Amino acid sequence: MPEAVYDSQKELELVLERCNEAVREPGIPPGLPEGFSGTLGHFPVYFPEEIAHAAGLLPMALLGGGNRMEMKHADARMGSFVCSICRSTTEMGLNGSLKDLSGFVTHPICDAAKHLAGIWARNLPDQVSQILYLPQNVNTPGAVRYIAAEYQRLRGVLEAKTGRKVSDEALRASLRTYNRNRALLREVYALRRDAPWKLSCTESYLLTRARSRMPCEEHNALLERALAALAHRKAPAQDKPRVVFVGGFCEQPPLEMLEAIDESCYVVDDDLLIGMRWLTADVPEGGDPVWALAESYVERSAASPVQHDARKSKEGYLMEMLRGANADAAILTAAKFCEPGLDDQLAWSKHFDEVGVPYLVLEFEEKMTSFEQMAMQVETFAESLLFALA
Amino acid sequence: MTTATASRPETEKSAFDPRVEGQRLIKEWYAELEQANELGQPVANVFVMGNAVEILRAFDFKLVFPEINSLQTGVRKSSEEYIRLSEDYGMSPDVCSYVKADVGLILKENRHPVGRIPKASLAIASNMCSTFIKWAEIWERWLKTPTFVLDLPGQRAAGWQVRPGDAQHSADSRWVEAQFAELIARCEKITGKKLDLDKLAEIEDRVNRMVGHWNNVMMLNRRTPAPYNAMLDGLTYIGIMNVHRGTQEGVDFMRRLEQHLEAKVARGEGRVKDERFRLLFSGTPCYVSMRRLVELFENWGGVFAYSDYLTFAAGGMDAAELRYDTSRPLESLAEVTAIAAQRGLSNQFFAHERLAQQIRDYGTDGVVFHGIKSCRFVSSGMADTREFISRLDVPTLYIESDLIDPRYWADAQIKNRVDAFFEALGQRGSRRAS
Repeated sequence: MPEAVYDSQKELELVLERCNEAVREPGIPPGLPEGFSGTLGHFPVYFPEEIAHAAGLLPMALLGGGNRMEMKHADARMGSFVCSICRSTTEMGLNGSLKDLSGFVTHPICDAAKHLAGIWARNLPDQVSQILYLPQNVNTPGAVRYIAAEYQRLRGVLEAKTGRKVSDEALRASLRTYNRNRALLREVYALRRDAPWKLSCTESYLLTRARSRMPCEEHNALLERALAALAHRKAPAQDKPRVVFVGGFCEQPPLEMLEAIDESCYVVDDDLLIGMRWLTADVPEGGDPVWALAESYVERSAASPVQHDARKSKEGYLMEMLRGANADAAILTAAKFCEPGLDDQLAWSKHFDEVGVPYLVLEFEEKMTSFEQMAMQVETFAESLLFALA
Repeated sequence: MTTATASRPETEKSAFDPRVEGQRLIKEWYAELEQANELGQPVANVFVMGNAVEILRAFDFKLVFPEINSLQTGVRKSSEEYIRLSEDYGMSPDVCSYVKADVGLILKENRHPVGRIPKASLAIASNMCSTFIKWAEIWERWLKTPTFVLDLPGQRAAGWQVRPGDAQHSADSRWVEAQFAELIARCEKITGKKLDLDKLAEIEDRVNRMVGHWNNVMMLNRRTPAPYNAMLDGLTYIGIMNVHRGTQEGVDFMRRLEQHLEAKVARGEGRVKDERFRLLFSGTPCYVSMRRLVELFENWGGVFAYSDYLTFAAGGMDAAELRYDTSRPLESLAEVTAIAAQRGLSNQFFAHERLAQQIRDYGTDGVVFHGIKSCRFVSSGMADTREFISRLDVPTLYIESDLIDPRYWADAQIKNRVDAFFEALGQRGSRRAS
């Protein structure tokens, strides 16, 4: 039989189809992958998935209900002023979509997110329901020790749930798997910066998000296939402005919104799913693995509106994103009712006014379904940029 | 929870009027603040939850409570002017109205209805309310105020049992103490003074005495009739608990308040003339309509015997019978701060546990939940908590408005809901009648 000819475009389509299929339904995918005894749901932004992975629990980033979910329960359980992702997460907890989780972990990123732990405890008492207290002060000496203690606590909670010890060796193996994932995602983003015509923001987003519903090992294999296929991709560069997208660190914009932006702009960097890319370099694989994870959180990590770090002002890190990606402008988004996002959106826009960076302000909700007006705004913005840059 | 004190019931002729005395102390505090910058005194912006006030007082910082500034714009019916200024500047209608009033204050060059608010040389923002940090970032960005984020490990899960001295508490306390060490170094740099541990111990001793009286004040409202309304009189009391935490004036106020209320209890005198229903209030007040809110309930003979606001907005020490060990002031400060953060502040995220207990402690006939449009800290889990409490066969009412934004106070709608609640309560009968 003749050997099949490698078709890079077909290969990329297959990979993206697998990613699409994985993230299409916001609930738990059917059937547990081999080697896992349960699933652990975690809320954005960052969660040390390696600990769950080593405990034999499939880490599942809960990224909201998207724009096809019908709200039947959450409207009566959360005020109208709470953001969509908290409401849809609650809905999934109450409508049975997440009833088979072994547990749910949230973080002190905002007060609505912290309340999810109480909602979980009241309504799904058989599941582990925890707040992982990642610190808002990472600058005081002692922060690494505190985070390591918090990770050890989580390790103990998961051991108690699964009845299985989590050895240092298992943790180191998980670190290696995730380090590979981090390296591959860095390559994806480097490609976006260097040749954005080869990989759209929407495609890159799907490639990244797929990890939320599959083992990291499978995700690594998909990313390797995608990057190999992209190396062969023939796509001509178009006359589009280079922009940075921010505001997608927690609640996720609908795919249609990203597609609308892709139509008119090259998004050369973004903060979409930043928690899945939080650690910006490999975690040291020698020594104490828990300490290594904690130390990486403090010393080699990204930034977001919900993490205070005296070394990274909000304006400073966004300007660094623009410089690093050689971007012409920024799209400053915020999820509706997201207080940290709305606060920083204003701060960024005022800063850009001062330093003369063009920007577009957009507000979104994961549940939005109409994009025509937004697409028109983006198109007009892109045209004005091209005119100014010409 | 009672802390024994050698207090003697005041006579009916007592001159002590908590409301008048409280207003006097607040007025004097603002008058002092007005002069602070001119006198070259160090000034710190702090919040009511997790603030290390004891350390700041040991360095003679003058304390600005931006939350109190904002609520005072509400009490004085001028909040809308400040809020609109910030919205015109670009702030979203969907963020905390306290923050917006404060941004309005900055835009008005610190001119507040009570006087001029001084510029701070330091701000401390804890993580107990996430908005504190975003708020401090505004000062950091706009006013170049040096900011210290005090990260307090909170309650991690329902049924969380942390006891003083256990391994979890020790680990959490070490983290808090490490941050205090850095904060102290910053204070020393700002003030040019070294920390005086004896002075810190004296301040802590005064806080201990204040909290002792405060606990007894809370206990007195378990009596029927309740001598005060937690959501009206109580607001003055927590104002003093915050503004005068660790001062002799604060100790004196709380001591006299306890005596005053003991005397009322001895006379069988309640806040409401004919107390029919004892209620628990969950959430924060609407400061633009606080008297109206209470009136709607008192007209039906309903009194708020307790509110979780009195705990989390007063530092949370009452929640766990906490006292500083003044023989080791710094270590003890970290230990108490760590446990208060878990039992008295961040337990808001698991509010059903505390409410279920307080319903019993205060013999309440029902719980009123006040959802605050712009405060996710108190409100995000409230409707679900209400559902949980309803399952305990406790009548509940949910109303919604805002902290200080008068545009969200819908009087007729709220009154209708309150009236319907009391009609249902009336049919059910109060606990005392059964």
